Amino acid sequence: MSIQVNQLTKIYGKQVAVNEISFNIPTGQIVGFLGPNGAGKSTTMKMITGYIPPSSGTGTVCGIDMVEDSLNVRKIVGYLPENNPLYLDMYVTEYLDFMAGLSGVTAIKSAVKNVISLTRLTAERHKKIGQLSKGFRQRVGLAQSLIHEPKVLILDEPTSGLDPIQVMEMRNVIKELGSEKTVMLSTHIMQEVEAMCHRVIIINQGKIVGDDTLDNLKNAKNQSMEEIFRNLTGHVDHI
Amino acid sequence: MWTIYKKEIRSFLGSFIAYVVIAVFLVLTGLFLWFVEGNNVFELGVASLQVMFDISPYILIFLVSAITMRSISEEKRLGTLEIITTKPITDVSIIMAKFLASLTLIAFTLIPTLFYFYAIYQLAQPVGNVDVGSTLGSYFGLLLLAGCYASMGLFSSAISDNQIVALIVSMVLSFFFYSVLGMVGDIKILDVIGKSLAWFGLEFHYDSISRGVIDTRDVIYFGGFMAVFLGFTKMVFESRKW
Repeated sequence: MSIQVNQLTKIYGKQVAVNEISFNIPTGQIVGFLGPNGAGKSTTMKMITGYIPPSSGTGTVCGIDMVEDSLNVRKIVGYLPENNPLYLDMYVTEYLDFMAGLSGVTAIKSAVKNVISLTRLTAERHKKIGQLSKGFRQRVGLAQSLIHEPKVLILDEPTSGLDPIQVMEMRNVIKELGSEKTVMLSTHIMQEVEAMCHRVIIINQGKIVGDDTLDNLKNAKNQSMEEIFRNLTGHVDHI
Repeated sequence: MWTIYKKEIRSFLGSFIAYVVIAVFLVLTGLFLWFVEGNNVFELGVASLQVMFDISPYILIFLVSAITMRSISEEKRLGTLEIITTKPITDVSIIMAKFLASLTLIAFTLIPTLFYFYAIYQLAQPVGNVDVGSTLGSYFGLLLLAGCYASMGLFSSAISDNQIVALIVSMVLSFFFYSVLGMVGDIKILDVIGKSLAWFGLEFHYDSISRGVIDTRDVIYFGGFMAVFLGFTKMVFESRKW
């Protein structure tokens, strides 16, 4: 199992953001983490990447405990946070050099070269990040998460704010990556999941309301993903 | 840790903050030392940098606060803090790297004023008749003092994602611990209480080191002061985990 999460809970003050969720993700699977805004997707991802500790519950990444041994988990996890934060005044290669150093990469030059070609940033590598378009910035963010060749990739809304062509490109890159890595990506767009994922975990108000392979879900209910999503999250046509 | 240290230094140099700080410090201390009427070197007729060491703590309150105000607040505002804190590096290393980078810049701010020391050295009669020990002690004290300012600056920078707030909080804290506690010691009515409060202030220990006697107790005080504020910084830094 690549990611294993058991009764994971996060409580902010009195608000329960994530409520006792459990799931297992085997190696090499692309999993879509689907849910409306505020469902607890980002919070779950932040707990797995060690940004915030869970209020209760446990979890492991490739067998390593994510709370007790967070530093070692971070070595094998690549993370693209929501809204893709970047240092706008740094150059692309300068930023990736920095990220490689932080991630403990020893052969920095070749690692940076690799991710630049993988994310097709070669033409933009000498530009300042602030000068890049949103699509290219997103690729820089993805490149940063790939720099240390992580076994597990956690991508928080990797395609938000991109135009349709950039979305297509991003999906292709992620699909390619999914052939050798475990990928967990969050989104609130149904088509996204259909286009990329093997499996979908649907979360609503901090609880898992659906967890199955894409084909199973569609066959069982004989509905489109959109309908399934609406039913499971309680947004039945009251519009 | 050195990865972040290098990046911080590079960003100081790239954003011109470094050059501005070095230039402002050199110009202001130069003005007070040689030109401002009242107690410049020529009027006092004493070959000593004392005037500079008296005024520097106040100048550094501004400059050190300006150096440190961005370091954490900017990362908070941009959200990049989430990226660096999810890399395999501890929060303590991040804070120490930023602290040491600020301290390095401060050291480079002090170095050009050695030129003034050379001038004083040559002006003294006979040439070289200056109190080298006291001067070196003062430089050392100034660096320790600036380190304390930097630790308060980092703390201020951690509590807000707004640079201006960080700047103001840092200046107020620095002024309080340097000057206000120092002044309390001079209030006659407070007597012993005032004196004890002054002991907690930075000025007391800075003055003590400036005399040229490097007392371990003062050094420990400065070290402890920095440790306390860096500890506070770490607490604020980890408040996301509460």
